[in-house]
Amino acid sequence: MYAREEDVLEAAARWRREGRGVALATVIETWGSAPRPVGSHLAIDGEGNFLGSVSGGCVEGAVVAEAAEVIAQGTPRLLEFGVADATAWQVGLSCGGRIAVYVEKVA
Amino acid sequence: MELAVLEALNAERAARRATLLVTELGSGRQRVVRPDAIAGDPLAEQLTEALRTGRSRLVEHGDARVFLTVQVPSPRLVITGAVHISQALAPMAASAGFDVIIIDPRTAFATPERFPAIDLRAAWPDRVLPELRLDGFTAFAALTHDPKIDDPALVEALARECFYIGALGSRKTHAARLERLAATGIPREALARIHAPIGLDIGAVSPAEIAVAILGEVIADLRRRAPARERAA
Repeated sequence: MYAREEDVLEAAARWRREGRGVALATVIETWGSAPRPVGSHLAIDGEGNFLGSVSGGCVEGAVVAEAAEVIAQGTPRLLEFGVADATAWQVGLSCGGRIAVYVEKVA
Repeated sequence: MELAVLEALNAERAARRATLLVTELGSGRQRVVRPDAIAGDPLAEQLTEALRTGRSRLVEHGDARVFLTVQVPSPRLVITGAVHISQALAPMAASAGFDVIIIDPRTAFATPERFPAIDLRAAWPDRVLPELRLDGFTAFAALTHDPKIDDPALVEALARECFYIGALGSRKTHAARLERLAATGIPREALARIHAPIGLDIGAVSPAEIAVAILGEVIADLRRRAPARERAA
């Protein structure tokens, strides 16, 4: 189902109240053509379920993986993603932009 | 983020009040700042600017990097008329991110079967509108063709400075409407805010096409016309 930003924050709060481990990822900076605007959210639970979007699908997998560690350790992380490197098949943005994503635990 | 902070943000949004969240990226420390408390905050200037534009942003404070999350009320579309166009417009607007409310006192029109999963109020606008508290983040569309229903709602939408106001009807119908509303004492320049004939001029014919034209016009006003949001803030 399509989720609005407010649905994402509501889900994060609901998951936490249910006792799940939860992390919230926020796009805090973009350069060039970026798929999602600053302020966009992705909520992730301890099982790797997620709602929302920080990049329209390009780097969500990597953010979800980092979120698992943020949930385990409790320390926020700042992630940066740049242009996809076709030769190395690294995680990145095929649109050519760069984004910074802040990932924090909901405690 | 503490769950209590997240709950506070969600509660402010549900109450359709603007709110800011300050996150110090180094320490992870956070605080919620409500608009009336901005003046006393160390980041008053940046917070004011962020609220004015409605855009979240990263700012510098001394050596620290601080992220300001701006949360403004969700855009809302209030419609008078549980009519054919509304049946197409309501789900379209909902999927575009609008909270949609339809008002129509005619119970033959305002049925859940015709409007599944839509907030439907089968009552007169003058009873429903006060509790809805129209604001600068609300769009209003008058679609009944019936002055008894549409006119009082248009008066309220103008008074509450809805960011978009549109009314269905031909130029002739609209000219008559303007005369009626002017006679109630509303200045002509305020009445000029009403989009009529309603919707972008895309040659729409079917109810669904007219719905697209209306939604396109609403989104254009939402995204391009900052002043309404500034007034509301």
